[in-house]
Amino acid sequence: MSDVISMTAAELGAAIAAGEVTSEQATTAYLDRIEAVDGDIGAFLHVGRASALAQARDVDARRAAGEELGPLAGVPVAHKDVFTTKDMPTTAASKMLEGWQPPYDATVTARLRQAGMVILGKTNMDEFAMGSSTENSAYQVTRNPWDTERVPGGSSGGSSAAVAAYEAPLATGTDTGGSIRQPAAMCGLVGAKPTYGGASRYGMIAFASSLDTPGPLARNILDAALLHEAFSGHDPRDSTSIDEPVPAVVEAARSGDIEGLRIGVVEELDNDSFQPGVRQRFHQTVELLESLGAKVVKVTCPNFETALSAFYLIAPSEASSNLARFDAMRYGLRVGDDGTRSAEEVMALTRAQGFGPEVKRRIMLGTHALSSGYHDAYYGNAQKVRTLVKRDFDAAFENVDVLVSPTTPTTAFPLGERVDDPMAMYLTDLCTIPANLAGNTSLSVPCGTDPEDGLPVGFQIMAPALADDRTYRVGAAVERALTERDGALPARSPYAVV
Amino acid sequence: MTAITRDEVMHLARLSRLELDESEIDTLAAQLGDILTAVAKVQEVAQGDIPPSSHALPLTNVHRPDEARPGLTPEQALAGAPAVEEQRFRVPRILGEEE
Repeated sequence: MSDVISMTAAELGAAIAAGEVTSEQATTAYLDRIEAVDGDIGAFLHVGRASALAQARDVDARRAAGEELGPLAGVPVAHKDVFTTKDMPTTAASKMLEGWQPPYDATVTARLRQAGMVILGKTNMDEFAMGSSTENSAYQVTRNPWDTERVPGGSSGGSSAAVAAYEAPLATGTDTGGSIRQPAAMCGLVGAKPTYGGASRYGMIAFASSLDTPGPLARNILDAALLHEAFSGHDPRDSTSIDEPVPAVVEAARSGDIEGLRIGVVEELDNDSFQPGVRQRFHQTVELLESLGAKVVKVTCPNFETALSAFYLIAPSEASSNLARFDAMRYGLRVGDDGTRSAEEVMALTRAQGFGPEVKRRIMLGTHALSSGYHDAYYGNAQKVRTLVKRDFDAAFENVDVLVSPTTPTTAFPLGERVDDPMAMYLTDLCTIPANLAGNTSLSVPCGTDPEDGLPVGFQIMAPALADDRTYRVGAAVERALTERDGALPARSPYAVV
Repeated sequence: MTAITRDEVMHLARLSRLELDESEIDTLAAQLGDILTAVAKVQEVAQGDIPPSSHALPLTNVHRPDEARPGLTPEQALAGAPAVEEQRFRVPRILGEEE
């Protein structure tokens, strides 16, 4: 069934709808593929063979009964282990939640099911989505299919690796400071961070609630748009969910017309500390867009230089508060409850053993930034910088339709290289963080490989809130132009099935 | 350069309900100092009368109708509990002996 694996998600959905292949056959092919290659990659924390096959048979039966189904009905998807699933364990890659079986589905999970999609399993991630390499998982290492000695990016690294290794046609991710776009860039995929509030956070284990955004990972723009549309939209169970129609991302992904579009190159997100090959591919892509009819100008966003600092105060502050729920009392791990210890002692012991080093570091940092005497200097000033970053975006969008930059300063780095240096790891998110702070939308599309190391480079497109379609339109233009030039999709890993 | 002392780390650990061992205290003191030094730039930039943003959306007071809806059964709510007794969460003692 390698022909099933080589199809795009859109093609597979159409083939299932046309009766050329059943969802059960497609699901079986992907489950076999996972069995064959996930030993090399380590993308999945849990594979739900029985539940996936049951969902696939159910979709096939509904179709046979004449039910009208959406474009991704019957198509398998890999699901980040940060979303609750009532038929599979949900751990957020933490020992704190080892073996936890949620009693309810996240809204994103429920919408995948409503779309008739088949959840293959749960993907590895940095613990509680805190990290940029998936090395903070409490369970396993995930390897980049392009080079298995390198990281797949993070925190949605299991999802990006699964899609790049053709273990799934699509995957979900979550993006708080770049956790979809950065792994997408490092694995040669399309990854989108929708407008904040565009997709529901209900049932998504919280890291930093004012920043967390669910989004899609895919091997091409149209597939990403189809998944984006499938799980987005207003949800009354998330009070920050936007009550507006989902932007027309699928239509934009099919169009790719950028004639007359005004593109701003952000000067602060392109400098000589970046890897030369990344800058080379980025600038070539800007020229390509200009040749397709876009108007390119340079834009300065001076406060973007402080965005990373503000993020690493705001996100840990929110995390320290959100993770207080892991108190060893109602669910999850409990350690040392032997009758001699108080509840508070059990709590402190459980949290010491249940959380990994990065999670502890961020809880401590956030507690400091919020504590009496330091609150104004750290959290308060970071919130002011957040306003300044938003103002930079607003000023720029008065003159341009989208802003662009490299997605990451470097290509995928070797496993282990940055684990002992938190600041070096944090700098990975330099270009992606501003969009999170402002709540704007942003997408990464592959723009070729670095000529020196042969690894994929991501091109980031940022647009105002609720203008998600613009990022897909530009992404489609890049993808189409590079495909025409090279005769194939611009980026394929050695694990590609073609 | 922002320095964080061992005492400050222990204070934060207490507030965070994290029992740290000796080596973790040393490591965190150094790392938190490094990170705080690196992010201190927010203090220079955020000068003057700038309103803080806690959130990207200008939403306030989002309500839903006050209607009864189905929730979890006691069995479902207790299914993930570390310890259960008589349909309740069983927890370690909360008050000290002297209280």
